[in-house]
Amino acid sequence: MSDDRLSPLVLAADESNDRRQGTPRRGSGFLTEPFRLGTTPSSTVGPYLAIGLTWADGPDVVAEGTPGAIWLRGRVFDGNGDLVPDGMIETWQADPDGRFAHPDDPRGAVATPGFRGVGRSHTVDGGAYAVRTLKPGRVPDGEGGLQAPHVDVSVFARGLLDRLVTRIYFADEAAANAEDAVLRSLPDDASRATLIAQLSADGYVLDIHLQGCTAKGMDETVFFAV
Amino acid sequence: MLPRYLREPADRRTPVAYAGYKSTGLRAPLRTPVDLPHRLTEVTGPVLGEDMVTAADADLTLRLGGEAQGQRIIVHGRVLDSDGRPVPHALVEIWQANAAGRYRHVVDNWPAPLDPHFDGLGRVVTDDLGRYEFTTIKPGAYPWGNHHNAWRPAHIHFSLFGQAFTQRLVTQMYFPDDSLFGQDPIFNSMPTTARHRAVSRFDLERSQPDWALAFQWDIVLRGQDQTPFETDDDGDVA
Ligand SMILES: [Fe+2]
Repeated sequence: MSDDRLSPLVLAADESNDRRQGTPRRGSGFLTEPFRLGTTPSSTVGPYLAIGLTWADGPDVVAEGTPGAIWLRGRVFDGNGDLVPDGMIETWQADPDGRFAHPDDPRGAVATPGFRGVGRSHTVDGGAYAVRTLKPGRVPDGEGGLQAPHVDVSVFARGLLDRLVTRIYFADEAAANAEDAVLRSLPDDASRATLIAQLSADGYVLDIHLQGCTAKGMDETVFFAV
Repeated sequence: MLPRYLREPADRRTPVAYAGYKSTGLRAPLRTPVDLPHRLTEVTGPVLGEDMVTAADADLTLRLGGEAQGQRIIVHGRVLDSDGRPVPHALVEIWQANAAGRYRHVVDNWPAPLDPHFDGLGRVVTDDLGRYEFTTIKPGAYPWGNHHNAWRPAHIHFSLFGQAFTQRLVTQMYFPDDSLFGQDPIFNSMPTTARHRAVSRFDLERSQPDWALAFQWDIVLRGQDQTPFETDDDGDVA
C-alpha cells in the first residue's frame, strides 16, 4: 500500500482526518441520534379563522337525535374576564365504551355507529361554545388503571400563537376523577376544579379562562403541554 | 405498544405569547402548562378524509361563478412527520386574503376591494405520499392595528390534523424574501432557528407556462418519539 502515499488523494493517517477502515478514531459514518426533520412552527389562527375552519356539522360529534346525546357548553374568557368572541375549540374523545374512532386504538375500532369523536365550535355566539356528543367512557391509562371520562380540548384564537390544550372532566364522576392520574398530578382542588364540567339542563357546562381575572374571581384554566 | 410523539424543545417552538404581538397580552395563559403524558386520547385523533372535500375545494380561483383577480399560483408540497415519513390522507384546510389583501369576513373592512369571485377557502386531503396542491391567487399584504403602520406579510393560513391529537397544527405559510418580515411580530414570534420553515420556495419547475407560478412548501408535523439506537465505539448498531 506504499504507493498510496504518493497520491495526493490519499491523506496521511492522523487524528483529525482519517476515514479508512481499520484505523483508529475513524468517524463512525452512522447517525448516533435518530434522523429528524425540524417541525413547522405554529402560528395564530388570526381573526378570520371562520373563513377556513367552518364546518356545517362542526358541533356534531354525533348527529341530532342520537340517543343519549348531551351538549357540552361553555364560554371562553380573557384576562380581563371578557368574553372571547372570535375563538374556536375542538374536542376529541372516546365513545361511551371508552373507544376511539381511530386505527391506533389497540382494542379495535369504535363501536358506536355515527360517532365521529371530534367536535368543532366557534365562539362567535357571544363567546360561547357548544358541541353535541355522547359522554365518553373510561379509557385505559397505560399503567394498568383507568382514566376518568374526559374530553381533550384544543383552543384557538387571535392572540394565541399556538393552540392551547385542556381537558373536560365530569362532576358526576367523583370516584373516577379521584383516581385519575392527570387530575391527581395537579397541585390542588382549585386547579382540578377548572377542568370539571358541571351538570346542566341539557348536558354539562364548563367555562374556559385563558387567564385568571382576580377582580372577577376567575381562575386560569389548567392548560397542558402535549 | 402505543406511539409517543416527539416534543420539540421550547426554543424551537413558537411561544404562545409574544410581547410584540399585543393581542397575546390578555389571552395567552400566564401559568406554565402542565405536562400531559401521551396516553390513548393523545396518540389517537380525528380521521378526516375524502368525504370532507370536493375536487373544487382545491382551486380557489374559480368561485362564485367567475374567475378570481390576481397572480395565479400553485401552492404544493408534502406533509411529513419529523421522521421524514409522509402523512397520507390527512385534511389540510387553508384560508387567505384576496389579491388586494382583503378577507371576505365581516370584521375586515379596510379600504381594499373585495373580489366577487374569491372567497379565500381551500381544502384538500393529502395523497398516499402525503402530497397536497392548491391553485389560488397570491394574497396581498394587509394593514392591522398592532402598531403604527403595521402590515402583515403575504401569507396563507394552514390547518392540519395529521393522524394524532398531538400532531394538530395551525400555522401560516409565507412567500420568499418578503420585505415585510422585519416589522411583523407574528413572523418574528417564531424562533430564529425555525422561521425559515414557514417560508415557501419559488418553484420554477412546477410553474406552468402561460398559466401559473408555483411555490413549494413542505409541512413537518411531530413524529414519533423513538429511543435512539445505541452504537458501540465503532459506530455499529449494537
Ligand atoms: Fe391572515
